[in-house]
Amino acid sequence: MLKIKDLHARVDGKEILKGVNLEVKPGEVHAIMGPNGSGKSTLASVIAGKEEFEMTKGTILYEGEDLDEVSPEERAHKGIFLSFQYPVEIPGVSVTNFMKTAINESRKARGQEDMPANEMLKLIREKSELLDIDRKFLSRSLNEGFSGGEKKRNEIFQMAMLEPKLAILDETDSGLDIDALRIVANGVNKLKSKKNAVILITHYQRLLEYIIPDFVHVIHDGKIVKSGTKELALELEEKGYDWLKKEPVA
Amino acid sequence: MDLKEKLVSSFMAFENNVDLENPIHDIRSEAIKNFETKGFPSKKEEAWKYTSLNSLQKVDFSIFPKEENSLEYNQVKKYFLHEIDTYKIVFIDGIYSSYLSETTHDGVDICLMSSALTKPMYKPVIDVYFNKIASKEESLTTLNTAFSREGAYIYIPKNKAPKKPVEILHFATGNEASLMLQPRNLIIVEENAELQVIERHQSLTKNEVLTNSVTEIFAAKDAIVDYYKVQNDTKDASLIDNTYIAQKDKSVVKVHTFSFGGKLTRNNLNFFQNGEYIDSTLKGVTILGEKQHVDHHTLVHHKQPNCESHQDYKGIYGERSTGVFNGKIIVDKIAQKTNAFQQNNNVLISDQATINTKPQLEIFADDVKCSHGCTIGQLDDDAMFYLQSRGIPRKEATGLLMYAFANNVLESVRLPELKKRINKLIATKLGVRLGFDL
Repeated sequence: MLKIKDLHARVDGKEILKGVNLEVKPGEVHAIMGPNGSGKSTLASVIAGKEEFEMTKGTILYEGEDLDEVSPEERAHKGIFLSFQYPVEIPGVSVTNFMKTAINESRKARGQEDMPANEMLKLIREKSELLDIDRKFLSRSLNEGFSGGEKKRNEIFQMAMLEPKLAILDETDSGLDIDALRIVANGVNKLKSKKNAVILITHYQRLLEYIIPDFVHVIHDGKIVKSGTKELALELEEKGYDWLKKEPVA
Repeated sequence: MDLKEKLVSSFMAFENNVDLENPIHDIRSEAIKNFETKGFPSKKEEAWKYTSLNSLQKVDFSIFPKEENSLEYNQVKKYFLHEIDTYKIVFIDGIYSSYLSETTHDGVDICLMSSALTKPMYKPVIDVYFNKIASKEESLTTLNTAFSREGAYIYIPKNKAPKKPVEILHFATGNEASLMLQPRNLIIVEENAELQVIERHQSLTKNEVLTNSVTEIFAAKDAIVDYYKVQNDTKDASLIDNTYIAQKDKSVVKVHTFSFGGKLTRNNLNFFQNGEYIDSTLKGVTILGEKQHVDHHTLVHHKQPNCESHQDYKGIYGERSTGVFNGKIIVDKIAQKTNAFQQNNNVLISDQATINTKPQLEIFADDVKCSHGCTIGQLDDDAMFYLQSRGIPRKEATGLLMYAFANNVLESVRLPELKKRINKLIATKLGVRLGFDL
């Protein structure tokens, strides 16, 4: 599904990613862990197509297609979803209206008609129940005045609505209390299938107790320095990241 | 003959049409003298540095509308807030249209300035309020005072509130090759009374129109006034709006100015706080394109302690449009515990668009909270990426972000139907599909 080869990327002239290799297959859950500033979030943004992040070397293949030159909205239309660490506030546009816009723009791009209103309503009801989201919440302005937990839950709600093939969750666990974390993780688990894949970007092992990864990768200084199974996450939790920095890069 | 000469020499002809015995006559004579001395403001004056009236002065405007034109309601229905019932004071080419209007004397007076200025029963009110806060120095205001004859007159007695909002509408039909209008409004809202007004100037023609309007609003103790100015005129219509508001203890006055069109629009909005615990709100949304020009000059004069003022102006400028925001706040020495906020945020969506923004604070009291901020920028990259990553293309995302940017100014609009209308106007103005019904 996703094949990243020797990816180098720059932000404001500074090289952040220095040769990332990663392969994700349908049905898999990958966790990417690493200390602050290691390049985790940059990797997420580059896959989603953020234009300020300049790819200087390497390739990202998604379902066999080179994503270079593909705009963020086209990537979304193709089924890539990024859950933001800091979702943006959009005053005056309700959660519902935002989702209508997003879904219908994607349909338009695929040559489909707008989703009929009753179908949309049904979908919204179904997915909001899945994430234990209150009706009133849906008529509020997108992310405006939302608590940290509400923002993250709303991101996963959007993911549920858009049904992506590849979901990248950037620090979705940060700022969540244990109850909110459980709801969010539960939502992600229910949306998992053999056809889609999830990349979890996280600083802590905590989230991985709820969403069990198939693979864990450790990123440090713009490179994946270690890959393993879920046990690697536990090891990191115990030892911290310092021991990795001392190990010679394989 | 230039416009100034024409106006001054026309004053005599104007006088022949009005009652010379009326005390207003002295006010008018003083006013024309001031205008004759000062003339039209030029760019040399600080307050007019960015707005030039030169080209307008070259137009041979008709000063006196010739005859009453008629319009069918269906022709102009869309300019009314027709979703709800309203009182209407309607003028066609400067002349009152009884056919399109709905005035009242049922417990409140919602009627005509021409009646108020001439009928003896209104004299006690006119003596106390007329031309009391309108500037006697500012040349365009005095020009209006000199020719003041027609407009809206609204008097809301103590503890009263009209059953419905009031719409003041001015239509220009193009009957004249070019027409100058000088409406004069007087609005008095007595103690604990309430009023909502929507004012609109609309040209229905390609002929040039220049409106120089003066409105005086008096809000007594505990009065609540909401005033909405909808400026979405054609590219051949210019407006100079001079609004003066005097507030007494605990009154709450909000003025919203929606500037979406017109050739040249100048808003001089002046608040005088003559009491304590007053709340004044000045909000504006400006969305311009083509070569349109809007200049917002606000003044809030805090003259007593414990008052608040809130200013929030948002502007989106495209193509070769130009904007000005000049926000002046004066806090007198006596006006301790003043809270004065001012915010002006602008987005330029074209390389050729310009905005000049300037806060002007004169604070003489020491125990006050004053804040001001202005920004000029492009749309936020992170927000753009967020929307794109949800599958919303750049063009639609731009529209949605601008809509969101302008939207929070509307929170304080208390008429839901008007809010909806303005939202739709904003969406249309931004020329993008929002993907949902407003």
